Amino acid sequence: MATTAEAFEAHHDDHAHSHADHKPGFFARWFMSTNHKDIGTLYLIFAIIAGIIGGAISGFMRWELAEPGLQIMGQLVNAMGGDGSSFDQQGHMWNVLITAHGLIMVFFMVMPAMIGGFGNWFVPLMIGAPDMAFPRMNNISFWLTVAGFISLLFSMFVPGGPGGVLGAGTGWTVYAPLSTSGSEGPAVDFAIFSLHLAGAGSILGATNFITTIFNMRAPGMTLHKMPLFVWSVLVTAFLLLLALPVLAAAITMLLTDRNFGTTFFDPAGGGDPVLYQHLFWFFGHPEVYIMILPGFGMISQIIATFSRKPVFGYLGMAYAMVAIGVVGFIVWAHHMYTVGLSVNVKMYFTAATMVIAVPTGIKIFSWIATMWGGSITFKSPMVWAMGFIFLFTVGGVTGVVLANGGIDDNLHDSYYVVAHFHYVLSMGAVFSIFAGFYYWFPKMSGRWHSEMLSHLHFWVFFIGVNVIFFPMHFLGVQGMARRYPDFNEAFAYWNEIASYGYLIMAASMVIFFVNIGYALVAGRRAEGNYWGEGATTLEWSLSSPPPFHQFETLPVIEDHHDANDHISAKPATA
Amino acid sequence: MTTQTLDTRNRKTMAQMFALALGMLGLGFAAVPLYDLFCRVTGFGGTTQVASESEARLASMLGLEAGAPEYSIRFDANTARDLPWEFTPVQVTDTVTIGQRDMAFYTARNTSDRPITGTATFNVEPEQAGRYFNKIQCFCFTEQTLQPGEEIRMPVLYFIDPRALEDENMQGVEQITLSYTFHESTTSRNPTDNDS
Repeated sequence: MATTAEAFEAHHDDHAHSHADHKPGFFARWFMSTNHKDIGTLYLIFAIIAGIIGGAISGFMRWELAEPGLQIMGQLVNAMGGDGSSFDQQGHMWNVLITAHGLIMVFFMVMPAMIGGFGNWFVPLMIGAPDMAFPRMNNISFWLTVAGFISLLFSMFVPGGPGGVLGAGTGWTVYAPLSTSGSEGPAVDFAIFSLHLAGAGSILGATNFITTIFNMRAPGMTLHKMPLFVWSVLVTAFLLLLALPVLAAAITMLLTDRNFGTTFFDPAGGGDPVLYQHLFWFFGHPEVYIMILPGFGMISQIIATFSRKPVFGYLGMAYAMVAIGVVGFIVWAHHMYTVGLSVNVKMYFTAATMVIAVPTGIKIFSWIATMWGGSITFKSPMVWAMGFIFLFTVGGVTGVVLANGGIDDNLHDSYYVVAHFHYVLSMGAVFSIFAGFYYWFPKMSGRWHSEMLSHLHFWVFFIGVNVIFFPMHFLGVQGMARRYPDFNEAFAYWNEIASYGYLIMAASMVIFFVNIGYALVAGRRAEGNYWGEGATTLEWSLSSPPPFHQFETLPVIEDHHDANDHISAKPATA
Repeated sequence: MTTQTLDTRNRKTMAQMFALALGMLGLGFAAVPLYDLFCRVTGFGGTTQVASESEARLASMLGLEAGAPEYSIRFDANTARDLPWEFTPVQVTDTVTIGQRDMAFYTARNTSDRPITGTATFNVEPEQAGRYFNKIQCFCFTEQTLQPGEEIRMPVLYFIDPRALEDENMQGVEQITLSYTFHESTTSRNPTDNDS
């Protein structure tokens, strides 16, 4: 396989210096970009910037929660031009922080990094396509996302709370009636508009991915020969396409309830606020799979590469993702067990939710089975991937606990829930992003990061996030409620430890940025297939970084006898 | 490869996917009437039922056949925060034989100096009783307009469907609370009023 990849690379070099690398000027290249790799880079840079902002906001939150009482909310309110002595305004400030943190991390960090960043970069490369199906629409998707982010930031500087204090304080769920009759001023309108823009960008992007994957695979690459990362993006794109329009409908109704006197969610006019929750979570649950499925795909590539084995149970892995996507649409009410659902409804949603543990278990065990007997090398992507498997499983186990309608009555909106979804997102999704980043960074930039710093980043980050979030299980079971800036003194001990954990995590991010800086300035050049024989997908047949335009001659996928992740390419005979 | 060019196939796929997204957008809005219908039909979330005279007579006969067990009914009254009405049940509790119709009264008084039209929302607790709680007449079926200082007595004529006895989720339910909340009607609100 490696031999065919090299042969293809050699073939490609004939073109590389003739016309394949003619790049447009700076402005045209980065602001009017239609190249999938450039747009992927833009998405990654955008996600890093949004991640810094969202992460800084969580720093203020951990600072506030470091000890009982209100510490810094008053100063923040004063800094934003409000009345820092007002208890209501301090509470609103807290709501603004959790809202911004949630929305930024979900819509402007994880999704752009995984789908926009790695998806754009590697889906065309892995299926042997020259670019995405609709390069200009790809550009529109990115700039709509940026516009959405700016709209969200703008919402923090217009009135939205009690006494005209600034910012949208609704939580990322934007529940009515707090978001309708409970939030005067334009801040919530801007936040909703931000979701419209980001949602429109994601729907366009999803359409683009589906079209690319269905129509532009290299000759010989059937759906059952696609790398699992491509499968994961395909399933994710369908989830986006089916879930986001429902969110768009729900938040459009919020907008008209707020501004045009409709009563979709207002009982006074025959509406029902619980309907908003149903609509939101019909979107919201698929959304959490949207945030993790591309991660599953990346982890599959990485585990296979560094075990030097094809992934165990390729078809099972692909259809497990399909199953997770399908079942993800029929479990939404487990987010709203406490709105007053009958016992039968709760029993259904409990059972349906637990069913998801089956395909998820298939994936976890297949990753372990891939490693079993493999020739494992502990390069940085591999340690992040193994960290992912461990921590995502911890989050999955607490998810099974929370799936129980009876137990959830007690744990609903407690820190146990916060711990659960940060284990699957802040550790699951983010670990997979870092795994993918270290896996592909030399491919994207052509420069090596420091493996030593990457490992150090892993260990410090691993310790930091666990110190932040593991104590939250204890706090939640003891009854600490989420969404409050203050807490009973009985909860002080573990909250202080969690806040120290934030500092450890923040230190690890310094290591990350030093590592990137080192790679870009002094990193040694990366060859085409720098991970060696375990890396068999098509992006490894190209140089690092790949030429500006690739696969002008389509690679042909040999009819391999086993349908698995290992794909061999040979150049088309010209 | 088909005979179509890649460009044609791409456009076709894109059109299909956009149609899918538009369909989901439509379903999102369609959820509003569908959810309403679903609640009315199934009694979901404690939504009470509307019954005719003939259904009430049938329920009465079935109730007697079933041995005429009794339920304790509690009455609850609330007003929206911005509605200047006093709204109370005349009787706090009542005992009703299953299947037999019973009449309960609420009083409402407009304490403001302007005429106000209100509508009442309603449900019952426990919520699984919603599908068996039938109203023949109710002040909540229509809007009520009260002049300044005016007080009215408003009836609700209801019965409990004897089929409740066959529902395992109703086993052990001995008491049902009927709750109303009056809101100022948004459709008939005087546009000159300050409604901010």
